[in-house]
Amino acid sequence: MQSVTAMDSMRLDGNAAAGLLSEVFARDATAARATCMQCGATDSVGALHLYAHEMGAVLRCPSCEAVVLRLARTKTDVWLDATGARCLVIRLS
Amino acid sequence: MIEPAAPPPPPPRASLSPILPRVAWRVATVAEVIQETSTTRTLVLDVPGWPGHRAGQHVDIRLTADDGYQAERSYSIASPPEGSHLALTIEYLEDGEVSSYLCGELRVGDRFELRGPIGGYFVWDVNAGAPLLLVAGGSGIVPLMAMLRHRAAALPDLAARRALPARLLYSSRKWDHIINRDELAMLVSNDPALEVTYTITREPPPGWTGFRRRIDRMMLAEFAWPPAERPHIFVCGPTPLVERVATAFVELGHDPALVKTERFGPTGAGA
Repeated sequence: MQSVTAMDSMRLDGNAAAGLLSEVFARDATAARATCMQCGATDSVGALHLYAHEMGAVLRCPSCEAVVLRLARTKTDVWLDATGARCLVIRLS
Repeated sequence: MIEPAAPPPPPPRASLSPILPRVAWRVATVAEVIQETSTTRTLVLDVPGWPGHRAGQHVDIRLTADDGYQAERSYSIASPPEGSHLALTIEYLEDGEVSSYLCGELRVGDRFELRGPIGGYFVWDVNAGAPLLLVAGGSGIVPLMAMLRHRAAALPDLAARRALPARLLYSSRKWDHIINRDELAMLVSNDPALEVTYTITREPPPGWTGFRRRIDRMMLAEFAWPPAERPHIFVCGPTPLVERVATAFVELGHDPALVKTERFGPTGAGA
């Protein structure tokens, strides 16, 4: 297990997951607003805390650190778990 | 036997089209390599079909080894939307398997895969209509450079620049580590509405009278416009710096919605 400090230094912005998200969404998802299931805070996906690794990405709420979105990529599929997002608002233009 | 019914007519062509990835992988060819500092270089790229970008966006780069192993990393775009070529400024990281290739073996004429532009959050353009406040740590300058280059290119006359002033606070360990130092000096000399402030945290040059400490709240209070001016704030650099600075801006009374951050870390932009 990693220390808190090591985890903190791995933290990025949801913005850095834009490439992976573009494989799922037809529009830019980093400008979309996500509402956290746990605390109700609403943030741009680009402002969520991103913990990224080769397999995929975990996006957490910047207010309460609950998991909002999880993405994983295998050779054939992209897995998206949006259990932690009460709502995802994607602007059309 | 009953003749089988004629097959239904094919649906309209449009519904047969496969859903294409919104951001496709393209082949980039290195047109020029510019050594910026001892550890950073700029790759000027030819990317056929490049759709254009906004200042602050990034690209993903994918390298494929002979055995099929692939590595992907994100890099900020350094060139402004007005630029004739796409340019990326890349910092060499000791353990970076991608950055060591891009900063080492890669030569003019070499090719690699790239997709973008990516990201609609950490972006700025001259239609924002508010002062532009930038804070960079190390190679975090790269997307902010795209914003300053865009501002200079899109606002040729001084009156327009005065209406949209910009300030940059740039933290660097050493004077020689400052990326784009000459260009920043040139931009400032042509632009009374642009201010650039450096803080040199480890080895300031002889006679240095500027800041020589890590960015803190007092420094930001001195450097930044007051919250009432509602500047658009962009902070980019290593995670600890970004979090310290973003927190301090909010403590100083700036609207959190106007403070946008981009952390450079080991698996995201920069590695």
